[in-house]
Amino acid sequence: MTAPNPEGLRLQVDMIKCVGHASCFELLPERVSLDEWGFPIIETDPLPQHLVAHARRAVAACPTLALRVDGKVARVR
Amino acid sequence: MTIMLERGARQGGQGRQRRQGTLPRLLAGGRKLPEHRATYGQIPLRRFAGEDGRRMLVRAITEAGLRGRGGAGFPTGRKMTSVAAGAKRPVVIANGCESEPASRKDKMLMACAPHLVLDGAVLAAHAVGADRVYVCVERGTSIADRLEREIAHRDDPVRWKLVRVPRRYVSSEESALVHLINDGDGRPMAAPPRPFEKGVAGRPTLVDNVETLAHVALIAGYGPGWFREVGTRNDPGSTLVTVGGAVARPNVYEIAPGMRLGEVIEAAGGAVEPIGAVLVGGYFGTWVPMPDGWGLPLSHDRTGPLGTSLGSGGIVALPAQSCGLAETARVVRYLAEESAQQCGPCMFGLPAIATDLAAVAYGRCDPATRQRLTRRMAQVKGRGACRHPDGATRLATSALATFADDVETHMDGWTCTGVSRDPVLPLPDRRHRDRSWK
Repeated sequence: MTAPNPEGLRLQVDMIKCVGHASCFELLPERVSLDEWGFPIIETDPLPQHLVAHARRAVAACPTLALRVDGKVARVR
Repeated sequence: MTIMLERGARQGGQGRQRRQGTLPRLLAGGRKLPEHRATYGQIPLRRFAGEDGRRMLVRAITEAGLRGRGGAGFPTGRKMTSVAAGAKRPVVIANGCESEPASRKDKMLMACAPHLVLDGAVLAAHAVGADRVYVCVERGTSIADRLEREIAHRDDPVRWKLVRVPRRYVSSEESALVHLINDGDGRPMAAPPRPFEKGVAGRPTLVDNVETLAHVALIAGYGPGWFREVGTRNDPGSTLVTVGGAVARPNVYEIAPGMRLGEVIEAAGGAVEPIGAVLVGGYFGTWVPMPDGWGLPLSHDRTGPLGTSLGSGGIVALPAQSCGLAETARVVRYLAEESAQQCGPCMFGLPAIATDLAAVAYGRCDPATRQRLTRRMAQVKGRGACRHPDGATRLATSALATFADDVETHMDGWTCTGVSRDPVLPLPDRRHRDRSWK
């Protein structure tokens, strides 16, 4: 395992926006798998440093802008 | 209508003294304003006047250890502190939707003690510095009209707005209420931001269950020490539960957390036939096997092997002769239909899980189906914008654990006599369910 990025950046998905194009799965299979209906299952632990750039590319490629990379956790409570 | 359930109660004299350490606290009386004032006195706004008073009130709620009575059990004082810390003037939402079919404690509270809830909302608004309170109730009931009439009799330093919410299970979720007020769409929204950061009109929004607000009024009046005289250290105060199913006196009861499940069943008149299991926490709750679960202490903390919590307080006793798997399959099907269909895992996962559960319940099940069901439940959990899929899978998971022997029997192809019995878990009539989100 490589060290997590120092800023605690995570890949997260807005499931309401996501319609299952699965481009994130194409671009970042290290962190994304698909469920049986084609929706992404995303590892939300902080990204390892070497995957941050790849994750940003997946964010940019998402057709519905459902992905984001940030340090804020969606579920505070 | 209710009974007094005393735990470590101290008997006192008359009036306010009488209520020390005894129940009921919430349903002690006063449908009309004069009766309410006679029982509970004036709103203690003067005692908490000014900026210092406002902070003192938040501190009192925090010290009281009050936790939300809508299901999640989040500490109310902490939520108030976050809301009050925002840059803009906050807004308060009193959540009285109670879309949970196994619960009617909020409806009863709003009918029996509307002014206690309204007092609490005024005090909560003062605590966070809000001047607007939205009272959200399900449409199609007389509660909204009655509350509107009672509000007209009051003279409060807040602006009231009654919101009639679509009769959908997920529309009572806090972000759904904010969405409805802002955009006329009663579906949950993605987080962040959560309502306490950015809610109604972009303002920090305190969304509290109506029972929580009633407790706020009592804490402001009698103090955190009084509040803590009943309940447990982590979950103090009294709480309302709706007990239904195979008990002699199904009704709403005010209990103290820490009370054992069996004692609650006894308080509701005891079982009218042998009980196989009890559903605790409504339809996002867990099945507790009986008689093993008799001594399980109930609170808003998760306890026991299944992580049982009081949740929204719905408790249903299931006869041993009924089929818990069939009951669960029916309810999970209902929850699947109630999905807002916004998130893929919920939209596709819940109907698939409901179908698998029905297969287990009605004896067309093989090991592959059960495996698939287990996998699907694990996959769906935690992947919605709101907690709807989590709640539905918690219920289904606990059913497979609690009724594990029944699963084996069903899989062996034995006919289950329970499936043909009348359903025990209540579901709303289709005519009383809205299709629209507006």
